[in-house]
Amino acid sequence: MRKYVFVATILTAAAPAFADRMPIPSDALPVFKAECGSCHLAFPPALLSAPDWRQIMGRLEKHYGDNATLDEATRRRIEDFLVANAGSGRRTEGAGAAGGVLPRLTFSNWFRHEHDEVPKGAWSDKRVGSAANCAACHTRAEAGSFSEREIRMPGGYRHERD
Amino acid sequence: MNRVIPLLLIAVCSASSAETPSQIGDSYAAIQGARFRATPARGAEFFTRKFSVSEKFPSCSTCHTENPMEAGRHAITGKTIKPLSPVANTERFTDPAKVEKWFRRNCKEVVGRECSADEKANFIAFLAGGR
Repeated sequence: MRKYVFVATILTAAAPAFADRMPIPSDALPVFKAECGSCHLAFPPALLSAPDWRQIMGRLEKHYGDNATLDEATRRRIEDFLVANAGSGRRTEGAGAAGGVLPRLTFSNWFRHEHDEVPKGAWSDKRVGSAANCAACHTRAEAGSFSEREIRMPGGYRHERD
Repeated sequence: MNRVIPLLLIAVCSASSAETPSQIGDSYAAIQGARFRATPARGAEFFTRKFSVSEKFPSCSTCHTENPMEAGRHAITGKTIKPLSPVANTERFTDPAKVEKWFRRNCKEVVGRECSADEKANFIAFLAGGR
């Protein structure tokens, strides 16, 4: 019994660390980084489910208010990559589409929980602009690293973990 | 063998797609005919014109700022956009397929239609002039 408690403690303690690293899969297509990373960060595919990605990739002409159309061969390759590396479970719950609106990874229960300490003033800072602008605060987001030590919020807001 | 040479030529040509901004501008100008001359001032006017077709992206300069030598910001995501001017950013206007992709997308979004060859030629002439 004691052994199980010990293992459980280790797992619980290690859990926050999983949120730190969300590397883009090492076999990521260069075309994924190039196409998905020009207007926003090439988001880690694990942050949305396979049905979410299919829905997004099926409506690129109306992509969150912008035109993101691709030639069909490229579109298909990227969709297959996203679906193959999609997430599931707690990470993606709540992000899904509702009422014809596209899914948003920033709507997932997990994302909201991770960001519940961020002050309103930081969200509305002009240098942030949108919740999709990961790199505005996560200084190494481009490298898939989201460690709390690397957070620098514009406007001098401090990240404080109780 | 006779069949191999044309195939090799095609392979070589498609692999070396790197061009200069003026070559890409010239290929748009050529569509307009031999007498056409690109006008940088028209490109400049186009760059800052308020089309107001799109609420978030009324003009090119909405994201690329009034000065294309400087970095811009995506109006929705807030992501930094490297300078559009090939003088400030030598990667710009060197890949014809990439240039055409962004004209197709952004013209539809900002202008509400495809851009014409003369608009593209003027646009590139303006930017290549380091303004």
